[in-house]
Amino acid sequence: MGLSVEDTRALLIAVADSVVAAKDMLTEADSAIGDGDHGIGMAVGFEAAKKEIEGKDFADVGAVWKAAGMGIMKTSGGACGAVFSTLFRSAGKSLGAADTLETPALAAALAEAVDAIKARGGANLGDKTMLDALAPAADALAAQGDAPLPAALAAAAAAAEAGVEATKQMVAKTGKARPLGERSLGHADPGAVSTAVIFRAMRDHLAGQG
Amino acid sequence: MYAPKKIVNDPRNVVDELLEGMTLAGDGRLKQISGGRGIIRTDLPPDRVAVLIGGGSGHEPVFHGFVGPGMGDGAACGNIFAAPAPNIVFDVAQAIHRGRGVLFVYGNYAGDIMNFDMAAELCEEDGIAVQTVRVWDDITSAPPSEMDKRRGIAGDLLVIKVAGAAARTFGTLEEVAAATARGRDAIRSIGVAVRAGSIPETGHPTFDLGDDEIEIGMGAHGEPGVERTKLMPADPLVDNMMERLFADLPLAKGDKVCLVLNDLGSTTMMELYIVNRRVRQILDARGIEVYRTEAGRFVACQEMAGFSITLMKLDEELAGYLDQPADTLGYRRLG
Repeated sequence: MGLSVEDTRALLIAVADSVVAAKDMLTEADSAIGDGDHGIGMAVGFEAAKKEIEGKDFADVGAVWKAAGMGIMKTSGGACGAVFSTLFRSAGKSLGAADTLETPALAAALAEAVDAIKARGGANLGDKTMLDALAPAADALAAQGDAPLPAALAAAAAAAEAGVEATKQMVAKTGKARPLGERSLGHADPGAVSTAVIFRAMRDHLAGQG
Repeated sequence: MYAPKKIVNDPRNVVDELLEGMTLAGDGRLKQISGGRGIIRTDLPPDRVAVLIGGGSGHEPVFHGFVGPGMGDGAACGNIFAAPAPNIVFDVAQAIHRGRGVLFVYGNYAGDIMNFDMAAELCEEDGIAVQTVRVWDDITSAPPSEMDKRRGIAGDLLVIKVAGAAARTFGTLEEVAAATARGRDAIRSIGVAVRAGSIPETGHPTFDLGDDEIEIGMGAHGEPGVERTKLMPADPLVDNMMERLFADLPLAKGDKVCLVLNDLGSTTMMELYIVNRRVRQILDARGIEVYRTEAGRFVACQEMAGFSITLMKLDEELAGYLDQPADTLGYRRLG
């Protein structure tokens, strides 16, 4: 059961491709309540993430996630670079030297990523950030226990989508949308939208494999 | 909405091409490092606290245009409107560090804070001491009780000027940081947007504003302001903005200020001087002395039209920092 190091690499390449493909959609989402460059930063970062892991051998599952995070960290910049590189790097640290990726370990890794991102940016749940999609996805994954990854990630992707919807009812408390206050209501947080793209990509990549 | 017309090549290359051209304009006194995204002085004086500035590109001349004698020693440059990645900041810090630590000076935005903090951690692991002063002068972006949530706008110019002068004056990182923070705390700004700038790669404006509308307090990236209103003549607009500044920065008769009128990208000097005329009428009526006026483009947002008014309340020490010479592409002062 679980994904091998090589399968994990393929999974994250699929994630990177999906984020890059979502560039215009993400930029559109950001234009509503930010400065309209979120998709550009995400695409730059995830193109680099793909480059870091494509055609390379990794010793363990954690190293794949860390390498993807380094790619984002070195190129993306902006809030999205800091946050999404922290996601992949801290998850990679948590996954460590495992040679397969299993649902419980991924759930624990994403829970650690939630804490690391909170510490990095000072945001909390309900502040209308990507955490409002990531935390429910991590929780949904944890609730799946030992379930196979394809089914567990389907649940996580659904939770992330629900999280994106929930951000529409939130008033931004951090980032460039914060001064909007009540005017940010009705719009989804672009970072949360990106997070949902990532989980959807993992779900779709594994669909039919479980 | 008008269609943006920019003189660029492939829009994906604007940052690289801009930084290459800007470095060449330094006539040998600037050089690029860190894949081109860091710009540092080639004539760094030895044995000084280093001043590292930086932020998103597209706001020229800030930040990279303020690298040179009397201001920044090096700049970390991000993508358009996006904070620089931590490794760029770290590379610049290593290159300009001369054994006395590095002061980070940048605008108070979530992305910048996270990336510069990550860079500060890398510096710490490398044995380089870092202190940080974030610029937060925009009074419309948070109430006085939450000063540290305010955005940095045209105040960047003066905070960087103070940092550069302080680095020339003091020997320790702590002293340079303290002087720079004192300068920062004396500065307040307010802006007004008349028309949006656009992001080169998408061609899209950063916000929508009706042809006959203006927005007071709108941020340099189109963050919403405090009041959207119909376009009005310069004098009542300046009256409105100055009232808000006075409410935030108490100034008494006899106080001295530095006044900065900043063009956000495509407001003309003609307009800035018309604004200046009214600002001076108001300050004169209150008995406030203008020690120094800076009018021009310092912190822009592509072709955004609009301007900001910045007041810095001066004492002798702060005035002394402003008096010191500076020689950068974006700001020059004779000693």
